[in-house]
Formats: sequence, structure tokens, C-alpha cells
Amino acid sequence: MTRRYPDEPAGTFPAPPRQVTDSEDRSIQLRCADGTDRTALIEMYKQFDPADRAQGIPPARETAIERWLENILDTDRYNVVASHEGDLIGHATLVPDEDDGYELAIFVLSAYQGAGIGTELVETLLGHGQSEGIEQVWLTVERWNDPAIALYRKVGFETSNSERFEQEMSIRLA
Amino acid sequence: MHVLLGVGGSDLSYQALDETIERAREAGDEVTVAVFDGHETDAGEDEVQERVRERLDETGFEAEIRRLSGDPGSRLVDVAESEGFDRIVLGSGERSTLGKIQLGSIAEFVLLNAQTPVTLIR
Repeated sequence: MTRRYPDEPAGTFPAPPRQVTDSEDRSIQLRCADGTDRTALIEMYKQFDPADRAQGIPPARETAIERWLENILDTDRYNVVASHEGDLIGHATLVPDEDDGYELAIFVLSAYQGAGIGTELVETLLGHGQSEGIEQVWLTVERWNDPAIALYRKVGFETSNSERFEQEMSIRLA
Repeated sequence: MHVLLGVGGSDLSYQALDETIERAREAGDEVTVAVFDGHETDAGEDEVQERVRERLDETGFEAEIRRLSGDPGSRLVDVAESEGFDRIVLGSGERSTLGKIQLGSIAEFVLLNAQTPVTLIR
């Protein structure tokens, strides 16, 4: 399957590590994550509101979460986590597809949603991707998920396929 | 019950075949397997049909196999309606590398347009 990407590259995104203040005045740390964050991520996903799941992820049961994270934290993937007062509260990941692109997904715990953290997480992950030489990133989002679609648009994603249940969006980093 | 099972050559479509055979045995359902090229693998219709035939022979389950020409989604809906099938069964919902489930366009069309109940196997 050939995916469409914008012709023009987006601008430069900030690379991790970063510290930002969300709209509720909380200090949020953004940094790269790897296999050593596995346990903390499992704990975070156990707290994830089932209503916030999208297209089957994150999985609900702990064993399924562990299996899923094994894949997400494998080599050739890029991960950024957000933490507040030492606890992980958000996670964004880039996973290579079968071509030259990377699929993106983000997750933010419900108590921290709507405060701008998702935007910072996505931008920081794209900054990380840029510094690692990634050029093409895509994602799918449920068509009715307006807040998520607005977030991705603001960051620079463009709709590349809207004929399916899940809208596909993409961005060119270089 | 007369079941119309669509098999387009994806792994999930063969899983749907196995589950439909098992279920039909228990319930005494009659099954028609509609073979098409779902373009999810390199296998063409002939290969899909052959594999369905093998599976039926292995399990000793009798079912009619037929080809669907034209657009598979709309043909499945047409056949189910015009020939009085009670249910359409389809396998769909492959996962991306990241783990997100995506319905295929054929399953999407059938779910939205069929007048009969639809069972999605995944």
C-alpha cells in the first residue's frame, strides 16, 4: 500500500529532553524512553481509562499490555514519555511500517488530557524523529475524534485518506 | 440458518472459515463460501478457492463454493439479500505494526450496507 505524504516538509520540532508547563500550571518532563521504562509504562497503562482506548490499543489486560509494549519498546522504535512529579502520565511512539514510514500514536492519562500535553508530546516525538533522520510519519485516528484530529492538524499533519472509518493523516519531516 | 461467508485470502478470512465450519457443525447451519480477491495478499481468486476447498476437504464439511465477480463488498450484500441468506460472516480487522486495528474497506462496506446481520471475525 502506498501512503501519501505532504510534498513540503514541516518545520523543525523541539527534541527531547524538555521541560514544559501545561495549561494547568503543572511542570511536565519530556524525555526519550527505552526498555528500562517498561515497568513504569505498564503501571501507566494499567491506569488508562478504557473509554480512551482507540482501535484496540492500549490493550486492556496486563499480559496483553506487556506483550504490546515489548513490540513498542523494541529496537528501531522511537519513544518519548511525559512525566509529572516522577510519574509517567503520557507516552508517544513511532513504529516503522513495512515501507519507509513510521506510524505514530500518543496516549495521555485522562487526568492530564486537555492541558496541551498531547501537543507537546507529539512535537517532541517528531523532534526526536527528525534528529534520528526519520522523514515520513503517519497515523490513523477515529473519524469522530475531533480533539485528536485538531491536535494533529495544529502540529502539521494533513489528511491523506478519509475514505475509511479511520482517518489517515501524514506529515513530512525532511 | 443459511450463512454467506466471504473469504478474500487474508489470514483472518481463513480464521473466519475455520470458525464458521465449527459453528455450523454445532448449529446445523448451511454455509456458502463466497471467494474473492481481497487484494490483501498476492494470492489470486484461484489460490483462495483452492485453499478453501482444501480446508473443507480436511474437515469433511460440505459447503458450496462460489466466485464473486465485481466489487466484493457490494456483491456480498447483493447476494445475501437477493438469495435470502440469514447472515454474512467476514474476517477483518488486521493490526498495524503499532497494534491499531483497522477494518478493511470490504468489511466496512458490508457492515454499513448489509440488511442482514453481519458477524465480524477477528
